[in-house]
Formats: sequence, C-alpha cells, structure tokens
Amino acid sequence: MKNHVLRPLWVAIAFVALIFLARYFLVPSDFGVQGESFTYNYHRKSNVQEWKDFQVKYLGSDVCVVECHSENGESLMASPHAIIECENCHGPGVDHPETEEPAAMSVDTSRLLCIRCHADLNYPGTARAAIPGINPDEHNVDSECVECHNPHNPDLEEM
Amino acid sequence: MSCSRRTLLKNAVKGCVAASLPVSAFKFLSPAEARAAVGDPAVRWGFLVDTTKCVGCGMCVKACKKENEVPYDAAVTRTWVERYVITRDNKSHVDSPMGARDGFTDQKIDKLEIAPEDIAKAFFVPKLCNQCENPACVQVCPVGATYKTRDGVVLIDRKWCIGCGYCIMACPYGVRFFHPKYKVAEKCNFCYHRITKGMDSACVHACPFGARKIGDLKDENDPVTQVIMNERVAVLKDEYGTKPQVFYIGLDHNVR
Ligand code: HEC
Ligand code: HEC
Ligand code: HEC
Repeated sequence: MKNHVLRPLWVAIAFVALIFLARYFLVPSDFGVQGESFTYNYHRKSNVQEWKDFQVKYLGSDVCVVECHSENGESLMASPHAIIECENCHGPGVDHPETEEPAAMSVDTSRLLCIRCHADLNYPGTARAAIPGINPDEHNVDSECVECHNPHNPDLEEM
Repeated sequence: MSCSRRTLLKNAVKGCVAASLPVSAFKFLSPAEARAAVGDPAVRWGFLVDTTKCVGCGMCVKACKKENEVPYDAAVTRTWVERYVITRDNKSHVDSPMGARDGFTDQKIDKLEIAPEDIAKAFFVPKLCNQCENPACVQVCPVGATYKTRDGVVLIDRKWCIGCGYCIMACPYGVRFFHPKYKVAEKCNFCYHRITKGMDSACVHACPFGARKIGDLKDENDPVTQVIMNERVAVLKDEYGTKPQVFYIGLDHNVR
C-alpha cells in the first residue's frame, strides 16, 4: 500500500489505542457486571460497601431509655404516646449518647410538633380521626402545648 | 466477481445466522462473574405500606431527611406523603406540602377550603422508591452509575454519576431528584445502610402507627411476605411493567 494511505491509518490506530489506554486507567478494576444482567447490574462493585458504611443516625428509643432516661421512658411507655419514638420529637440521637456533655439533643416545644397529629382535619374513616384532635387556631392559641400537657404523659386525667 | 444463485443463498443463510447471534455470546465472563451470575442471593427487600393506618403526621419524611442527609429545607425528599381528598362531585384533590415534612396541619388543600360535608373520602398515601424488579431508571443510565444490588435495592454511585438526569425523567413514579449538594441523582434506597445492619429503614422506625414495614420477600415466614402472599395488596402503575416491590394495602383508584 502507498504511504499516503498508511499514514492516516496509523493515526487512527494510535487514537483507538489511546482510548483503550485511557479506559484502562480511568475505569476502576471492580467495574463490571455484578449479577445476572448487564442492563441492571453493571456498576462499580465497591459502591455497595460505600452505601453500607453510611452513618446510622436514628438509634431507637431502647438506647435512650435503657441507658439513661428510664424515668422519661417509663412515663412515656405508660401513656397514650407510647407508640412515638423519642427521636421523633427529639431528633436523631447520633453522637448524643457517646458525648461527655450530651447537649446535642433538641427539645422542640413548638406547637407544630404536636399538631402534626393533633390538628383536627375532620376526615372521618381515617386513622387520623381516631386521634383526639383540636383546632390549632382556637385551642389556647398563645401558649405552647407543653405548658399544659406533658408530652411524655399527655393523659388528660393526670393533667 | 461472479456469484451463482447457490452461493448467494448460502451466504444469505450464513449471514442471517451470524446476525442473530446475540452479542453476549461473544462476552467472556471471569469465573467469579460466572459464579455470581448463577448464585442465588438469599435476600430480596420488599416494602409494605398500609395506607389505612397513615395519619399524615410526616414523621417518616422528617426522619428520612435527617437520616439520609437530604437538605432539610430544600423542596426535595426521598419519601413523601400525599393527601387525597375526593369530593362528592368526584373531583380528586391532592397535595403534599414540602413532601409532608411537617405533616398535614391544615384542612385547606392548595389554599382551597373544602367543606367537610362535601368530602366523600380522604386518605394519606406514603410514597417512596419502588425498588423495581425492572427499573427503568437503571436501563437509561449511560454510565453505569445506578444499578440493582443482588438483594434487590437500586443504588446510585455518587462518584460515578454525571448528573445528566436521564434517570430522573425515566422513573414513572417520580421518586428521583437532583441532590442540591452533591449534584447527582438521588433517591430512596430503603436506608441500605440500616437494613444491611439488621435495622429497619428510618421511615419504618419512625412511623408510630405501623403504616410502613420492610421485609425480606424471599423469607416465607417474614410478616411482610406473609401479608403480600395472603392478603389483597396492590402496586402503583402496574401497567408500566416495572414490577414495583413496594406493596400497598387500601390503595384507591384515584391514587396516581
Ligand atoms: C411527643 C413528643 C415527645 C416524645 C415522644 C418524647 N419527648 Fe421528651 N420531650 C418532649 C418535649 C416537647 C419536651 C420539652 C418539655 C418541656 O419543655 O416542658 C421534652 C423533654 C424531654 C427531656 C427534658 C429535657 C430538658 O431539657 O428538660 C428529656 C430528658 C426527654 N424529653 C427525654 C425523652 C425520652 C428519653 C423519650 C423517649 C422515651 C422522649 N423524651 C420522648 C417531647 C417528646
Ligand atoms: C405522632 C403523632 C403524635 C404526636 C406528634 C403527638 N401526639 Fe399526642 N397523641 C397521639 C396519639 C396516637 C394519642 C393517643 C390517642 C388515643 O389512643 O386515645 C395522643 C394523645 C394525646 C393526648 C391525650 C388526649 C386524651 O384525650 O387523652 C394529649 C393531650 C396529647 N396527645 C398531646 C400532645 C402534645 C402536647 C404533643 C406535642 C408535644 C403531642 N400530643 C404530640 C399522637 C401524637
Ligand atoms: C392553656 C393550657 C393548654 C394549652 C396551651 C394546650 N392545651 Fe390542650 N387541652 C387543655 C385542656 C385543659 C384540655 C382538656 C379540656 C378540653 O378538652 O378542652 C385540653 C385538651 C386537649 C386535647 C384533647 C381533646 C379531646 O377532644 O379529647 C388535645 C388532643 C390537646 N389538648 C392537644 C393540645 C395541643 C396539640 C396543644 C398545642 C397546639 C395544646 N393542647 C395546647 C389545655 C391546654
């Protein structure tokens, strides 16, 4: 073959080789089909572990109650609010139990916390209707709910 | 070049056979890959939502956002709760303010006041990623940054995602969004870091009413599997053929 045909051919070959070389260095070695199908399981394998290592933030009421706050726990567990996790009202407990000065938890005394469940929406037949409801625009508007109701034991009899 | 009718036919047949060979026939699997391909993973995560128990408090949304570090005040969320109010004139009103992060505290729907006597039915529907058996979002990813794990959860590789947004458009359920901080696609992954440690997903853990449950669909004795096998459950948008793995109790035909 003549030179003027070969020269561009070499250029093309070199270009393709360069792409393969770049691919070799850029694509992680664990990239591939990790399962039955190319369509759904083509990925970097170590990413699965990366997700598993993501930090857990909600620890569960057991941690709060068993370790330190048995008093709050007992009163809550005996009340109509027993079904609510501590962390739903106090925020995630991550970092809290381990710290020397555990001030990290939030104490949310806002009305907004309570009316998530207690604002009366008037939807008969729903589970919402089974929760005692109030109209937030009428029920003691100027005060926080917890000034009158104990969030850990909201029983009206014991007010 | 001359070509007899005989050689032409012969070559045509050969060509057809060659063309019909799947590309995968030429793909060589490493022994590890081949083993992984035949081996049966022991777990398949599935989810059960009981809409009849949901009160719309939004504790699940709050917990999800905090657990998964989804920017709290941005209007994006991995899971959300929709409120449906169907009026007597058969109109369906739907809303989900901030994904119900702060629950539903007002009777007004999108600033519309509906008189209680006009309401035919009302209910709440929690939504999250369906971790489909045939995830459309995974099919469209041009770079292999989203995939299905062997236990059935669809994950996103944040290092590999280029943020093109194809998957966000492809999901029929609208569960994907653009992460404002990492600038990649984002969605619910059943709290993969929790379920693989034997814990419940954050939303399941937070729900005081047991409206959300997660379980292993390959374990016949799992309470979630029992319900899905023995009771009447439905999935969202069955007609798309994505085979969702989030099952609903008490799903209404108005739910989209
Ligand atoms: C329904 C929401 C709710 C739940 C559930 C809840 N709390 Fe509280 N908790 C509150 C509120 C609101 C306050 C603030 C009360 C006040 O200021 O009068 C509070 C106060 C406290 C305090 C006192 C903090 C301080 O600075 O005085 C402790 C300790 C506490 N809670 C622990 C717990 C534990 C432990 C649990 C779970 C067993 C729990 N709480 C469950 C709402 C809740
Ligand atoms: C996650 C939903 C939820 C939240 C948040 C919540 N509650 Fe409750 N509350 C309930 C449920 C459920 C009951 C019990 C209903 C029953 O079984 O009678 C209850 C019962 C009560 C009762 C007793 C009513 C009665 O008739 O005995 C009061 C008072 C009360 N809650 C006040 C509060 C206050 C104050 C807050 C905010 C600190 C709050 N609740 C937050 C769900 C909630
Ligand atoms: C000034 C004190 C006070 C404040 C503040 C207050 N309540 Fe009450 N609440 C009461 C009293 C007293 C009752 C019982 C008598 C009644 O039904 O009105 C009551 C009753 C209730 C009941 C039971 C209603 C029923 O029909 O059984 C709920 C639920 C309730 N409150 C929730 C709240 C919530 C949520 C807030 C905050 C948004 C709040 N309360 C703020 C004093 C208060």
